[in-house]
Amino acid sequence: MSGTNTSPTHHTSTIGAIGAPSRRNTELALLAFAVVIPVFAYANVGLAINDSVPPGLLSYGLGLGLLAGVGHLAVRKFAPYADPLMLPLATLLNGLGLVVIWRLDQSKKLQASNTFVEAAPRQLLYSAMGVALLVAVLIFLKDHRVLQRYTYISMAGALFLLVLPLVPGVGADIYGAKIWIKIPGLGTLQPGEFAKIALAVFFAGYLMVKRDALALASRRFMGLYLPRGRDLGPILVVWVISILILVFETDLGTSLLFFGMFVIMLYVATERTSWIVFGLLMSAVGAVGVASFEPHIQTRVQAWLDPMREYQLSRAAVNDGVVHSEQAMQALWAFGSGGTLGTGLGQGNSDLIGFAANSDFILATFGEELGLAGVMAILLLYGLIVERGVRTALAARDPFGKLLAIGLSGAFALQVFVVAGGVMGLIPLTGMTLPFVAYGGSSVIANWALIGILLRISDTARRPAPAPAGNPDAEMTQVVRP
Amino acid sequence: MSELTLTVMRLGFLAVLWLFVIVAVQVIRSDLFGTRVTQRGSRREAGRQQQAARQAPPQQRQQSGGGRRGRNAPTKLVVTEGTLTGTTVALQGQTITLGRAHDSTIVLDDDYASSRHARIYPDRDGQWIVEDLGSTNGTYLDRNRLTTPTPIALGAPIRIGKTVIELRK
Repeated sequence: MSGTNTSPTHHTSTIGAIGAPSRRNTELALLAFAVVIPVFAYANVGLAINDSVPPGLLSYGLGLGLLAGVGHLAVRKFAPYADPLMLPLATLLNGLGLVVIWRLDQSKKLQASNTFVEAAPRQLLYSAMGVALLVAVLIFLKDHRVLQRYTYISMAGALFLLVLPLVPGVGADIYGAKIWIKIPGLGTLQPGEFAKIALAVFFAGYLMVKRDALALASRRFMGLYLPRGRDLGPILVVWVISILILVFETDLGTSLLFFGMFVIMLYVATERTSWIVFGLLMSAVGAVGVASFEPHIQTRVQAWLDPMREYQLSRAAVNDGVVHSEQAMQALWAFGSGGTLGTGLGQGNSDLIGFAANSDFILATFGEELGLAGVMAILLLYGLIVERGVRTALAARDPFGKLLAIGLSGAFALQVFVVAGGVMGLIPLTGMTLPFVAYGGSSVIANWALIGILLRISDTARRPAPAPAGNPDAEMTQVVRP
Repeated sequence: MSELTLTVMRLGFLAVLWLFVIVAVQVIRSDLFGTRVTQRGSRREAGRQQQAARQAPPQQRQQSGGGRRGRNAPTKLVVTEGTLTGTTVALQGQTITLGRAHDSTIVLDDDYASSRHARIYPDRDGQWIVEDLGSTNGTYLDRNRLTTPTPIALGAPIRIGKTVIELRK
């Protein structure tokens, strides 16, 4: 490269990802902001319902602040180059969820029901466990590539977790969906939430090895690359498993989540649009097929197509062997009465939804009390988390990390879509929880762990690359640390 | 609690929520455009070079740059065809190497490119020059195969295999 000397300056250049500075202080500032907003909301709810600032304001504020602080210190210590936005976004969503759960706890109507428990203190406890798990992930998972070694173990683990709710004596059938397991003395757990992460690890490890075979061996037909018959194997197996989940656990959401996650990762790994087409066709065929004989799914589809009819059937207490639900219509009314700017926190009537108001239907409360403007902001917060995940995948240097990050953020996005779409009447309603916001221990804990893994990958991806070993072209490949 | 206070709090809360979203977007704005070209050598040196170009007498500028420099100086290099279409690299007085070698500024994933195919650099007056580095299949400026280092006109297509790049303002 002596030729470079003709140039007056001996500049060469390297292309590197932006963001080599760690930006931990940005994260701290955003975290402070993310703690202040829920405290404001908490005070607002108290003033609206009881005409006074709630007595627990300080302890809730401190509790959330403490969680955020612990998370931040752990990131500063163990993942100094991690993405600065994920932690604040997750903290804000968790805080807003806590406030709305507390607001629903104050409802006289819900307190009158015989299954009422104070959900907010429990949710705070679950959040603390979630953050503890995040810290544990950051401490013990020094390098996400370690997970690659456990590709097939995580597959076995995921399948085990998925089958667990079906085991007699362990599983609990709650309102038609068999997705919980009972842990004596501790309550119930949704193993599907944890299976999500294990499956993402398995898919990433598997596709990293097999993607060349899946991408290259194909015929071109009508503008699509058709994969060879034998390469269809894996997608067929995953499809069959997700159909089995649908049939035996009657859980449309989880089934859609797993299949969707696999298709997304397959597409990212192979760059073949045909997988998306195949995936959509197969999920459509599967959903229609199962819905034709599974009464639980049929009711959900009925409630989606004509929520008003279901509402009337439920009100009239028609006894035709299936449970009719008035919730779908109630959720739509809640969104409708919220309008553009909402009724204000603590001033809506979304507690009329009654059952599951603070878990599956929590978005309806946001819709009523914060209106379209508030729900859009919430969805944007989710969008930003997903964007950071995809960004992490783009920046990651190893294919396993790329696939894992895209799989986890894809699963996160799908989960938000399935829940929000279900509550808003875009797709049939499924029993899933809105990540971080909805009441439910498994969901909060698993999603904090998911954020922990994404933080670990982004730390590895954004960390300035070590200087390469000397080679004949060292002059050209030297990396500059700003 | 009066109606007015609650309305103010309601709208205030929405405003604060959106403010957070906007702040978050501001934080990631810098990340959105992916990669940047980090210059080796000090920024001061680059600044001095630019200053020198600015102070150069207008007449000399006319001669050396053919009237293309100054206001019309190219600021970026854009890939317009090939697998890297859309990639841009900011021109800041640094040499840009093109080829299949992994340490090139623009790594060409192209069967017709050599590992060290060509380079683009500013000469003493800041005019951008393209030079073929003895590639197998040649570098073309417009339709002419390069044999000597040649000044690049703004917007003239430089073709390497299936890849076409241009200098733009």
